[in-house]
Amino acid sequence: MTLGTLIARNLRRHLSRVLLTAFGIATVILAFNLIITTVRAWYGGVEASAPNRLIVRHAASLSIHLPLAYRDRLASMEGVTGVAYANWFGGVYREARGFFPQFAIDPVSFLDLHTEILVTPDEQRAFLSDRRGCLIGSRLAEQYGWHIGDVIPLKGTLYPGDWEFIVRGIYRGSEPTTDESWMLVRWDYMNERRQQQDPDRAGTVGWYVIRVADPARAGSIAGAVDAAFANSMAETRTETEQAFQMGFVAMSGAIISALKVLAVALNGITLLVLANTLVMTVRERTRELAVLRTLGFRSSHLVTLVVGEALSIAGLGSVLGMALTIPANHLYANFVEAKLGNLFPHLDWHLGVLILSASVTLLVAVCASTIPITAVLRANVARDLRHIG
Amino acid sequence: MTLLWTYSIRNVWVRSSTTVLAIAGLALVSLVLLAVLMMGNGLDHALIESGSEDDVLLMRKGATTEIASGIYRDQAHIVRTLPGIAKTPAGQPLAIPELVVLVSLAKHGADTPANVTVRGTQPEAFTLRPQVRLTQGRQWQPGTVEIVVGAHIATRFLPNGIGSHLRIGKREWLVVGILDAQGTAFDSEIWGDVDQLMAAYGRDSYSSLTLQLSEQAAFRQIEEAIAADTRLLLQVKRERDYYREKSVTMATFIRLIGLTVTFVFSLGAILGGAMTMYGAVASRIGEIGMLRTLGFTRRTILAAFLFESVLLGTVAGVLAIGSGTALQFITLSTMNWSTFSELAFRLTLTPASALLTMCFAIAISLLGGLPPACRAAKITITSALRAQGR
Repeated sequence: MTLGTLIARNLRRHLSRVLLTAFGIATVILAFNLIITTVRAWYGGVEASAPNRLIVRHAASLSIHLPLAYRDRLASMEGVTGVAYANWFGGVYREARGFFPQFAIDPVSFLDLHTEILVTPDEQRAFLSDRRGCLIGSRLAEQYGWHIGDVIPLKGTLYPGDWEFIVRGIYRGSEPTTDESWMLVRWDYMNERRQQQDPDRAGTVGWYVIRVADPARAGSIAGAVDAAFANSMAETRTETEQAFQMGFVAMSGAIISALKVLAVALNGITLLVLANTLVMTVRERTRELAVLRTLGFRSSHLVTLVVGEALSIAGLGSVLGMALTIPANHLYANFVEAKLGNLFPHLDWHLGVLILSASVTLLVAVCASTIPITAVLRANVARDLRHIG
Repeated sequence: MTLLWTYSIRNVWVRSSTTVLAIAGLALVSLVLLAVLMMGNGLDHALIESGSEDDVLLMRKGATTEIASGIYRDQAHIVRTLPGIAKTPAGQPLAIPELVVLVSLAKHGADTPANVTVRGTQPEAFTLRPQVRLTQGRQWQPGTVEIVVGAHIATRFLPNGIGSHLRIGKREWLVVGILDAQGTAFDSEIWGDVDQLMAAYGRDSYSSLTLQLSEQAAFRQIEEAIAADTRLLLQVKRERDYYREKSVTMATFIRLIGLTVTFVFSLGAILGGAMTMYGAVASRIGEIGMLRTLGFTRRTILAAFLFESVLLGTVAGVLAIGSGTALQFITLSTMNWSTFSELAFRLTLTPASALLTMCFAIAISLLGGLPPACRAAKITITSALRAQGR
């Protein structure tokens, strides 16, 4: 009989307890995975950003616009190979809960710079020839059941009034991280209406996107842009798309930290559950372990027994937890989408997260065995043989 | 019966290591629930309490936030002449047009900037929002580039406090005072002179107008008057409703993830509790047989084991609430998704959330303890006495 079979036999002695522990660990792993997935979703925009794009916005705040006249000056700067611009549109579909990001874009240059947005040539032509047209992401189309030719009514919050856009194309992302829940409408159409209603604010853009030939020079180009517009009527702040997205993540930093603390607390709970089972097991077998010692088992053998049992239970729990994560994550994503709309487009389960949670659990299992191990090592054989439970 | 209660309590002591682990697990789960509730409470407090019962906010039709709204000077003048608005001691209508803008400030000790709300207003704003008080320094002088900053702004962005300078718009502003808004959203704002701020941003329209009702019933009257005036095109909202709407997304998010996680956890905790109690029963089968022989009924034994697990739950609940009290000193800051501006809030422990946590801890320990307790009660005297002590 090897130590391995001994461990297996021991596990079967209290099968119900072992299964309860494994299920307990599985629930913790499930919660851990959901949290990590949420944190990852937060960084979704950062991962999706391209290294050769810079964002130029007003130095004081994104809520202040830049003049359209900056476009030509940006385009003529050295190292810049393309300029696009966009505004946050801020429309509301039906009620306030129907939130999805809408951008008013310059159709030609924006699609030229954002190569990850894939539309067929036919759809692109249709979008370019219809001022009231819009492109929507496939995820958005699926969520609301929209097809090409459908009319989407929006209520403007930044640009007042009722708006109607006709779906001219449904885009897909070339990368798995591409956000497929945007609605892109035409800046020229929006600006036209703005000229009639709010001429003071017409002819301005929310931000520029510039493409640089060499990502390695992004820093110096950003500096050159900001220097060019220093002391003008609207000073700029230029940063890589990644840094720009990180800014949004950093502003919600406290919530993310809280989630991370929670993830650590979860592992603490695994530790407690597992340690509890092992302590019980070892206490019950006090006399048995003493007998093993008298038979000549060394401390290292006994330690292997305890750690082996811990790893087996944790392993079982990990497998269960990972299996539960996939359907649970799906439910969770649907639940979030129903309550919050498209705030979190990237709530998909990820193999890396599963592997992370499993390895952390196995590590925790080793830690959990330390408490019973100390008890085993301190044992007094003569006294333990008299032990009556 | 009393004998059995003390028996349970003594048992908890005897198996101290298992008990400590079980209590710690239950307490952690309860603490997570409590922390989630406290975050929700803090956020609600910061946003909803920002609005006063008697105040009404006017914004451009369709605008969902003050930042996105605009009110022209002539519109503001028309509104100020409406009846139903409270008067200042000087006899002026208590209706203040304000300009709200966002500025990026670098947080002290961090290089990532955060968006901060700057509110151009008038000195009467203090009458309008009685929860805001000046705690240090003095009020800004109307017509000058002086500002007062909220308590959170002072601690997070301006370590030098009064006397420091801030660049807002195209001007340098001097900090002359610090506000205490009792944990509401105004603690995360900067206040200054409205006309100076408009000049700094080259704007000639306000963002919003806040007025105080002379009496509650005047709300409808003002709402109708504004709807009837075609020059106005404004929406009328009670200030409280405005702030409540702003908190919806954030609060929903926090509660959503928090409660999902707590739900998953509590399943784990019930399993953990059941396990502990099964262990307690299994190791005491001989004792149970003895008790039954002595004449204790099945029901008493069931009660004793249930009492034991509830005892564990109660201790865990007390521990969780105790730690929750310490959590109250934590201030979190986050971006409010509806306005894209920084909002600081403090975890807040309310009696209701403490009670809920206690009930939760007891409920999961009871659920976990019930199956093993039933098992203990079902054991027959003969089989129990035959069982070997382990």
